[in-house]
Amino acid sequence: MAQQGNDIRYLTPINIETKKKKYCRFKKARIKYIDYKDAEFLLKFVNDQGKILPRRITGTSTKFQKKISRAIKRARHLALLPFVTDLLK
Amino acid sequence: MARRYETVFIMTPVLSDDQAKETVQKFKKFLTEKGAEIKHEESWGLKKLAYPIQKKTTGFYHLFEFEAEGSIVSELEVNYKRDERVIRYLTVSLDKYGVEFVEKRRKLKSEKVKEDGKKETEV
Repeated sequence: MAQQGNDIRYLTPINIETKKKKYCRFKKARIKYIDYKDAEFLLKFVNDQGKILPRRITGTSTKFQKKISRAIKRARHLALLPFVTDLLK
Repeated sequence: MARRYETVFIMTPVLSDDQAKETVQKFKKFLTEKGAEIKHEESWGLKKLAYPIQKKTTGFYHLFEFEAEGSIVSELEVNYKRDERVIRYLTVSLDKYGVEFVEKRRKLKSEKVKEDGKKETEV
């Protein structure tokens, strides 16, 4: 009974942060081919050390994650992207 | 069956412009002689490398897009390897989406060039 008195009541429902649903940007934008020559675009999928970001962070689907990683590796071979660095961005 | 390929190679920065052009010409000649049809050619000029290759920090990039039999690719790559002026190369085959993409890209580029030309004439 004593607890009832302590209950905090809110006038407006509290904002519980709901996570935005991740989506695959390639499926959404209907991009079919990922170009390895476009280093600036590929930068979105690497962290500032130049490592490829996992799917769980970017939300990319498996199909396109494979294509991205291939494109990044090709870009690295052509010295368009570094293999290892610091402060890439 | 002929397929569409795209090849990019990097030449050493120690070459003069003429020497670089000569190298490009050599590979172009090789491709056409072997019966490849060059669809597109692009020179990216002297670019900074993301990491040093053979102690060089810059290089001339050049791109060829061609349609040929697959056997030509290995011959081309042997030629790249034998040429000291080429420090890095990459050849990839394009799937149907790739072909679509490069054709679209080329169109966009040519339109851009046209627009730029227009602007210049307007000014």
